[in-house]
Amino acid sequence: MKKRPKTLIIIPAYNEEANIGGVISDVMENVSEAHILVVDDGSFDSTATTARRHGVTVLSHPYNMGIGATMQTGYKYAAKKGYDIAVQVDADGQHLADQITHLLGPLIEKKADLVVGSRFIAESGYRPSLARSAGMAFFSRLVSFIIKEKVTDTTSGFRAAGRPCIEFFSHRYPDDYPEVEALVLLHKKGFSIMEVPVKMAERKGGRSSITPVWSLYYMIKVLLAIMVDMLKRPD
Amino acid sequence: MYQIFSVLGALVIFGLVIDFIRRGLLKEKYSVLWLASALAILALSIKKSFLDTIAIFLGVDYPPSLLFLVALLFVLLMLLHFSVVISIFHEKNKVLTQEITLLKNTLEEAGVIVRDEAKKAGEAEKAPKVRKGRGAGGRPAGKKS
Repeated sequence: MKKRPKTLIIIPAYNEEANIGGVISDVMENVSEAHILVVDDGSFDSTATTARRHGVTVLSHPYNMGIGATMQTGYKYAAKKGYDIAVQVDADGQHLADQITHLLGPLIEKKADLVVGSRFIAESGYRPSLARSAGMAFFSRLVSFIIKEKVTDTTSGFRAAGRPCIEFFSHRYPDDYPEVEALVLLHKKGFSIMEVPVKMAERKGGRSSITPVWSLYYMIKVLLAIMVDMLKRPD
Repeated sequence: MYQIFSVLGALVIFGLVIDFIRRGLLKEKYSVLWLASALAILALSIKKSFLDTIAIFLGVDYPPSLLFLVALLFVLLMLLHFSVVISIFHEKNKVLTQEITLLKNTLEEAGVIVRDEAKKAGEAEKAPKVRKGRGAGGRPAGKKS
């Protein structure tokens, strides 16, 4: 009776040749039944070839389109291929594959449409800088207020989406810095969001897409996007 | 004296826009604002008393500056229009690119495209490739004339 859900692990990657191999092996070891999809966002390095050598499906954008479009390409693939669950895992090694089962649980039990892995519910060893944690706390308050449910880690990109969410994301996903805005969009559409505690690692290599210089722009852009989303007609 | 210049200016813009449409260099859709602004400037500058009356009514002391205001407003409107059009193009471009990315995958699965390591060599040309093709959109229209 109980059918195993078809699960896809989406790994968006931009110039992550140093980390991508390790991330793929980590996922293969821990979630052996899932398929892995690497969406290469027009990398200049050997990200795509390295991923292909590990035997996973690779989609390559012809040019760099940004994380939002990259995630969405993954969701479009998941929608087209009929996956029941799609898990977002960063290519930089920050997300630990042994934590994926925590994300899958609530989805399989149909307790939520989207499950977010939070670094702040339990002790996770994550130590953001003062400025960053202030920004994160701000968005946490704001999003919790808007969706009337407590969300502690709005910027976490470690998430698992169920089938209805996959379909929604495949035709509507925010462009850049999508994590926070996606939550608001989902809430507006009536999807339920749930957080589970996860552990994350410090970055092993590469750089974060959000440098201090961009953090102010990030705050303003995300804030604007949320406000506009609140005003937009539901489509 | 300034009247002659602004009337001429408006007529030249009007004529250019019409000619561009005729030659297929400009889509009718994007010409509306241009024609409207040319007509507005023309209407305001063709009769001096007309501009003066409106300027007095609006409390503008120096009537010719009203022409600048109208022209500036049209320029701002056009820029806004371009931003909207660019946003629409951005979205369509994104959808197209994603579609192509997925199509490539379908072709690979069907065995139509075969991946090999030689592909790596082609990777270097990737960057300039994106830049090309700009402005090519106007060319095919030349067939019309």
